[in-house]
Amino acid sequence: MARAEALSLRHHIENAPADQFFFDRATTVGVADLNRGTSLNGRLAVLAGRSVLIATTSQLTSGLALIELDGVARRITILPPDVDPAHLGALIATAEVDAVVVDGDTSVLFSNVPLVVTCTPHIAPSEHVPRAGLVTEWVLLTSGTTGVPKMAVHSIAGLAAAVPPQKFSETVVWATFYDIRRYGGLQIFLRALIGGASLILSSAGEPIADHLGRLGRHGVTHLSGTPSHWRRALMSPDIGKIAPGYVRLSGEISDQAVLDNLRAAFPNSSVGHAYASTEAGVAFAVNDGLAGFPAAYFDGVRDGVEMKVVEGSLHIRSPGTASRYVTPQSGPLLDTDRFVDTGDMVERRGDRYFFVGRKGGIINIGGLKVHPEEVEAVINRHPLVRMSLVRSRQSPITGAIVVAEVVLKPADQPAPKEAEVRNDILRLCRDALPRHKVPVSISFVPALAVAATGKLARRG
Amino acid sequence: MSVRLTIMDQMAQVAREHGKTLAPLDDNLALLDSGLDSLGIAVLVARLEDRLGVDPFTTSDDVQFPVTIGDFVRAYENGAR
Repeated sequence: MARAEALSLRHHIENAPADQFFFDRATTVGVADLNRGTSLNGRLAVLAGRSVLIATTSQLTSGLALIELDGVARRITILPPDVDPAHLGALIATAEVDAVVVDGDTSVLFSNVPLVVTCTPHIAPSEHVPRAGLVTEWVLLTSGTTGVPKMAVHSIAGLAAAVPPQKFSETVVWATFYDIRRYGGLQIFLRALIGGASLILSSAGEPIADHLGRLGRHGVTHLSGTPSHWRRALMSPDIGKIAPGYVRLSGEISDQAVLDNLRAAFPNSSVGHAYASTEAGVAFAVNDGLAGFPAAYFDGVRDGVEMKVVEGSLHIRSPGTASRYVTPQSGPLLDTDRFVDTGDMVERRGDRYFFVGRKGGIINIGGLKVHPEEVEAVINRHPLVRMSLVRSRQSPITGAIVVAEVVLKPADQPAPKEAEVRNDILRLCRDALPRHKVPVSISFVPALAVAATGKLARRG
Repeated sequence: MSVRLTIMDQMAQVAREHGKTLAPLDDNLALLDSGLDSLGIAVLVARLEDRLGVDPFTTSDDVQFPVTIGDFVRAYENGAR
């Protein structure tokens, strides 16, 4: 496959068509305007050579800052909207951030950073556009960890490795239910930008009906999201407002039901699912309408990507993988053969492979990750609990939800009713955990299996 | 308790637990306008499977995602038969 070579994003927009726009709920920006102007209030030059944190509230200003800073900043770290502010200090120190781009009144969060620059979606004419001569490090945050997110280092060449380098020949309007500040959404941003297509961005807190209405009005042709995003759209009476010809799913396991329902909702569309991760990059697409992926994908090198299964976990080597974590303490990102262990467990059935869950039992609830251990720690605070096991239960709506099995201590006095203990435990969980981490059910069991390692035996 | 009443009872329960306010429920109301979000609906479907012994959105070969409250209740009424 031909690849976009190490061109900066600035090079890709040199011939931006006059009808290439970025839309969000409030604003429309002509991409070509950035060739003669700036979203950074004329302050791009002072960001040259710096390690810049992009910490805007809107996706649109993040996207504009990315275009202006690629090739100009030494390093760009992209802050997703859902990062715990308590981790900001550690992230800033780790990435040696010495400048922040914001788009609102959030500079108080960054009082320790020497330079704070404001980005607006209003492109001001600028005669001096700095030359994009550096190879900028792109740092993306992972979502699968507890505590401070890991920071994976990419290059624009790697991020764009799976993006066709030529412009679309027809009019294409991309949109994504993802946030472009996460790996999956960033892929869509690059596809639109490099392909000369318009892109419709979602706005924080926008109701699904409004979002679908906006996608319909702008004539979305290419639309991507997680299976959970798509299930929510399929449950919306406003699904009929859109008719994309190209429907893509990734970020979670695509089951047959969601694929079949999308084909029924959009009978003239190409419906496919893809696999990618922040560390491993884009690995493959599946376009035969079936869940899972063909075993033949393990044969040789496909589009520069090689895959293997090690102890049930999918490993990937490709030009699109991240090269390392910013800090060595996060562990090696690549093994000695330059493969990434994705931690996604696969199982062969006939001539296809299927995803069966995460290594270590991490549960993915509509894109939000839950470590069973953090929920167990809360349950185990209850004085009557001896031990607990938190695991995933399949959900047709969010892919998975959290359930718990609990072993109670033998009671020396008359034991309280199970229902009371269950309510107490649930109250503890609701007080200490976000909603998606609270078990949907708690069952009391006489014992839990412990593996030879002395750890709880976790299934799947 | 009828299937419909069980569903309404559980919707109210999940809404309480999630700190949401339920809209006046009506068969023509969109499920996503009921006051429950995707996570709330996921919890509701799991609770109903525990109580009614069926998850009509996973077990059937021809799954249709419910758009209205009426669709949702009918899926259980048909599934429980």
